Amino acid sequence: MTAGQDDRLGHAAAEAVARRSYGKLVAFLAARTRDVAAAEDALSDAFAAALADWPKQGIPRQPEAWLLAVARRKAVDAMRRRRTSDAAASELRMMAEEMESNLASEAEIPDERLALMFACAHPAIDPAIRAPLILQTVLGFDAATVASAFLVAPSTMGQRLVRAKQKIAQAGIPFRLPERADLPERLDAVLSAIYATFTEGWSDPAGTEARRRNLAEEGIWLGRLVASLLPGEPEALGLLALMLYAEARRQARRDAHGAYVPLGEQDTGRWDTDLIAEAEALLHAASAMGALGRYQLEAAIQSAHVVRRLTGRADWHAIARLYDALFSLTQSPVVAINRAVAIAETDGPAAGLEQLDMLSQDPRLVDYQPYWAARADLLAHTGANAEADRAYEVAIGLESDPAVRRFLEQRRTGIRGQ
Amino acid sequence: MKYMLMIYNDEEKVRAIPKEDANKMMPAYVAYTEALKKAGILLGGDRLQFSSNATTVQIRDGKTKVLNGPYAEAKEQLGGYYLIDVPDMDSALSWASRCPGASSGTIEVRPIWSMQ
Repeated sequence: MTAGQDDRLGHAAAEAVARRSYGKLVAFLAARTRDVAAAEDALSDAFAAALADWPKQGIPRQPEAWLLAVARRKAVDAMRRRRTSDAAASELRMMAEEMESNLASEAEIPDERLALMFACAHPAIDPAIRAPLILQTVLGFDAATVASAFLVAPSTMGQRLVRAKQKIAQAGIPFRLPERADLPERLDAVLSAIYATFTEGWSDPAGTEARRRNLAEEGIWLGRLVASLLPGEPEALGLLALMLYAEARRQARRDAHGAYVPLGEQDTGRWDTDLIAEAEALLHAASAMGALGRYQLEAAIQSAHVVRRLTGRADWHAIARLYDALFSLTQSPVVAINRAVAIAETDGPAAGLEQLDMLSQDPRLVDYQPYWAARADLLAHTGANAEADRAYEVAIGLESDPAVRRFLEQRRTGIRGQ
Repeated sequence: MKYMLMIYNDEEKVRAIPKEDANKMMPAYVAYTEALKKAGILLGGDRLQFSSNATTVQIRDGKTKVLNGPYAEAKEQLGGYYLIDVPDMDSALSWASRCPGASSGTIEVRPIWSMQ
């Protein structure tokens, strides 16, 4: 390892700790005042100071106490200048004073990040802004970073975040765990925001954009946080397992020349076995709780794929059955496509095509690349080369990733040679 | 916090309801109003007449314009409201979901602007 790499790792570690500590303090302040923006304001200078200071000076032994002490000084300065006292600033002063009077109390700052996430993913908040809001409030990413990760103009993203925080403060959105009866649905909103974070990062397979790659890690980190705070919720464990299975295959998605490698052809030696083992254990624990859900099913499908590293072949019968269950749960055409592909593996390409044909009337699939790619592949396998050629053309036209485009072009050239 | 629960309904459909069915709706609203009172959260509420009885007033360039009809043509019209005082949005949403109007129309839950 070079000194430069060492520096970057040190920087990343310091930044990670700063983000965790910052999120915990924002959550604590916001839960008391309901004012997320004020909590962020109160802590933003301290957070910026930590990002500048910790990578050089090292991570303080009590990061939250460090942040609080800086924030308190800044808050006192600001209050002197403006002679105003908002609720967040005075809460912050009280916290800092309590902490200074008892240095060992750092562990006692209650962790309200889950309550904050439930507020951010409240049904009263626009679903599209929930994941960005969680990234900003729980992890302290600025609007520009969040905007570029979600491919939205920074000014638009900034506006939406401000509006959502205003709504939380002004409409009385609560900071607490939902009632038992509402928990599954509310938790689902939190989980899907976390999954959206992960998939945004996952969609940069070449790993060229540091911000987006980072997002996959942050998604996993949030997934770990929720799973550790709600260890009895099988879907929380299921989502974490699902993300870990996917993450385990990150390196195998491209070959040494950067070419796209489909899941079925990946070198299993490049899969991360530690992550797979962790995912298997989580999935096992979740399934023992006896409440099946979308994320557990998707994780189980991943598990049936990665069994190939042991047996040489994915368990396509299990995959087809799991997609059946997932389809009856979600009615999603995307799931139906995957089910058709699994049926093609178990019953032959013609049977898979028959399933795809049943979907051909769905207007949502007209510009959905995986539908056309699956169709092209199955048509080619049944020898319908002219039709396959046309389907490949549509799929190529809809693909945004150059590596996948090249892969599809090669397949297309392949059938033309026959 | 104070919230207004605004009950929106398609008036054409409401007018088309046979009288005996309409009479069945009344006890549901009476029971709901009673429940709000018992919970100690009801500040006020009323049913509004049909929007065909609405008249709008505007002053533009110093001239008063009085027009027949509601402000906006919409599929659903405001047909009534409740004003309630509850701890938070979740509580307001759960009361809104119990309102008889929620099963035929739409309840808009609006926080009241607080002066503090």
